[in-house]
Amino acid sequence: MTDEQHKTPMLDDLEQGPWPSFISGIKRLRDQHPDKRVNGVANDLLGQLEHSYETRKGYWKGGTVSVYGYGSGIIPRFSEVGATFPASREFHTLRVQPPAGNYYTTDILRQLGSSWERWGSGLVTFHGQTGNIMFIGASTENTQHFFDEINDYGFDLGGAGPCVRTGMSCVGAARCEQSNTDEMRVHRTLLNNFTDDVHRPALPYKFKFKVSGCGNDCMNSIERSDFSIIGTWRDDMKVDQEAIAGYLKTKGRQYLIDNVVARCPTNALSLSDDDELLVDDRNCVRCMHCLNVLPKALSPGDDKGVSILIGGKRTLKIGDLMGTIIVPFMKLETEEDYERLVELAEETIDFWAENGLEHERCGEMIERIGLVNFLEGIGVEVDPNMINEPRTSSYVRMDDWEEEAEKWFHRKAEESQAAA
Amino acid sequence: MATEHRSPVESGCPDGFQYLHPLMRKHYGNWAYHEDPRPGVLRHVAHNGESIWTVRAGTQRILDVFTLRKLCDIGDEFGDGYVRFTIRSNIEYMVANQEKVEPLIDALEDSGFVVGGTKNSVAMISHTQGWLHCDIPGTDASGVVKAMMDELIDEFRGWNMPNRVHMTTSCCQINCGGQGDIAINVQHTKPPKINHDLVSNVCERPSVVARCPVAAIRPALVNNKPSLEVDEKKCICCGACYPPCPPMQINDPEHTKLAIWVGGNHSNARGKPTFQKLVAAGIPNNPPRWPEATAVVKRILRAYRDDARDWERMNDWIERIGWPQFFERTGLPFTKFHINNWRGSRASLNASAHIRF
Repeated sequence: MTDEQHKTPMLDDLEQGPWPSFISGIKRLRDQHPDKRVNGVANDLLGQLEHSYETRKGYWKGGTVSVYGYGSGIIPRFSEVGATFPASREFHTLRVQPPAGNYYTTDILRQLGSSWERWGSGLVTFHGQTGNIMFIGASTENTQHFFDEINDYGFDLGGAGPCVRTGMSCVGAARCEQSNTDEMRVHRTLLNNFTDDVHRPALPYKFKFKVSGCGNDCMNSIERSDFSIIGTWRDDMKVDQEAIAGYLKTKGRQYLIDNVVARCPTNALSLSDDDELLVDDRNCVRCMHCLNVLPKALSPGDDKGVSILIGGKRTLKIGDLMGTIIVPFMKLETEEDYERLVELAEETIDFWAENGLEHERCGEMIERIGLVNFLEGIGVEVDPNMINEPRTSSYVRMDDWEEEAEKWFHRKAEESQAAA
Repeated sequence: MATEHRSPVESGCPDGFQYLHPLMRKHYGNWAYHEDPRPGVLRHVAHNGESIWTVRAGTQRILDVFTLRKLCDIGDEFGDGYVRFTIRSNIEYMVANQEKVEPLIDALEDSGFVVGGTKNSVAMISHTQGWLHCDIPGTDASGVVKAMMDELIDEFRGWNMPNRVHMTTSCCQINCGGQGDIAINVQHTKPPKINHDLVSNVCERPSVVARCPVAAIRPALVNNKPSLEVDEKKCICCGACYPPCPPMQINDPEHTKLAIWVGGNHSNARGKPTFQKLVAAGIPNNPPRWPEATAVVKRILRAYRDDARDWERMNDWIERIGWPQFFERTGLPFTKFHINNWRGSRASLNASAHIRF
């Protein structure tokens, strides 16, 4: 190992400026860390990165690395220019599942930091785009040591490859008045039911769960997850007319009309002549806009639950897909409610594992086979909440129209009986 | 002798409850409302009137252990020892006492962190790894973000925008950075260069063929070796073949460019969630500071700031003023490449007499 520092003129340039710099951090590891191994890794990492900046190319290659008993959770990285930068030749990332909601004490962060500098590069990100703590840069041998150490105090690897991936949940009920569900419980109930599918990649491709407590969808779950759980409510939203009067006083009538009433997507709001905010709750779609503008005056109702959307994903391979409503509303209060949620997730994953092509996301499979076939596969009845509009093309066979219509009336009768 | 292995404890996702601030544990599911006293600070009030204050700060995201400890020291000395990280990798400190807020802000700013990123600010850019770690990156998203945030730092610290602006960057067209009000993504412009000597040893050829979205790849014998060939007329240069087959090098110092997309919005507030749309391309991939990309981003931000109304996100604003005016106000060229020709494209065409004059 050479003690000589690699010259990094381009990175030195990037390091300038007022925003905190990750280059300065890597240099600190190179220059100030007491462990010579860490110094050497940081030096060669900077050397390789500078080489990338000069040539505008990446030099990491994948491979196969895992810890004992798992087939997933580590992103292997071997350097193509390891002869020049030997200390960072093996630079694997460990994906570690964060606590639900991304909450930490400073104590647990320090403990994770100490374990990491003992075995790894000392570089860590909270969090990667899938939601993992990314411990960036360990040799093949040290991945096992690091994992053993943090696994002893309660941390486990996340997913990588064709498997159930690490989940994400928003700040939620712990600190948000707009929360409609117990996000942490949903997150942990689902993820920890599929631990085997997280650690042993055996699915067509990745499968992600994300949980947001309301339609603001801070976890971007509709577009970024295969199985999106979004908190909502079905009774009337709560309106504090005194607080409305307060907003009228401070913000003014026009502000309320232009920014609240006029922005309601379904024209469900109006301001009465005596300055009360009137809500047509039957036509409110729980979009959250007015609650965002008037958090003191407006709150979700009491009859809370979740909506579930399936099939969201980014580009590869057929283009972007948003998730589709599969369950418009379900309660999540009792043990049985949570069991039903897990069952739905299992049905979905089982059907997709059986019918998805290699490297085909759940949403792509639905696109290929049609929503109705998917619904039949997982045992869910059709619902007009699943569509923007009915079909516009007449090219379809409708042999059993009468039976299907009868099914609908039967279901409706059952529902009204249950409600009565 | 066989090595003794420790069996993993498959504990999965840890319970977040054990790391919650006591006030958050006490009022779990019982918050009444929140206020935004100043940029970077939130005050959440529980139904019984008790408050918790949050201070949010931007960091370099890729943290060294020194920085991690610094953040912990600040949390112990000036906070209550409880933190969380947002989806955009900001750190948040929760404190029960309002008097701790100002000293906490000062301590963070004095140590080089940036307090802000709440409400109608330009939030921290969510991004991918880039050349530091990824196996297929066309650029260094981490570097692009650092260079851009240097110039947008006042927008992170302030409330100058009509609504929040979420930006993302990605190092390849898979776009791990995700949708954003403004997204800066790699766009390849030339088909992959194939190293035929390596293909048969490295790549599982049928799955590479299957990976191509336009069926442009077929098995071929090149120099008497089994390899793959690309129909370059069909190829859309997406780079999807490169991850499963590294000898099909898609990245190129010259022809790998940056493109900018706008109007991606994950929220259901007002309209339904929307995808981002292409507005600019051909931007040079120019390390170490990517000034051309930053210039386009600032131009879009200026037009949005000056013309959008309160609470309009980027997509809401463009929907109101129309795309012709967007290109006019930003001075960006409109080309044939902006017109979609992928599946479902006709839904993106104007099938009406609605024209703004």
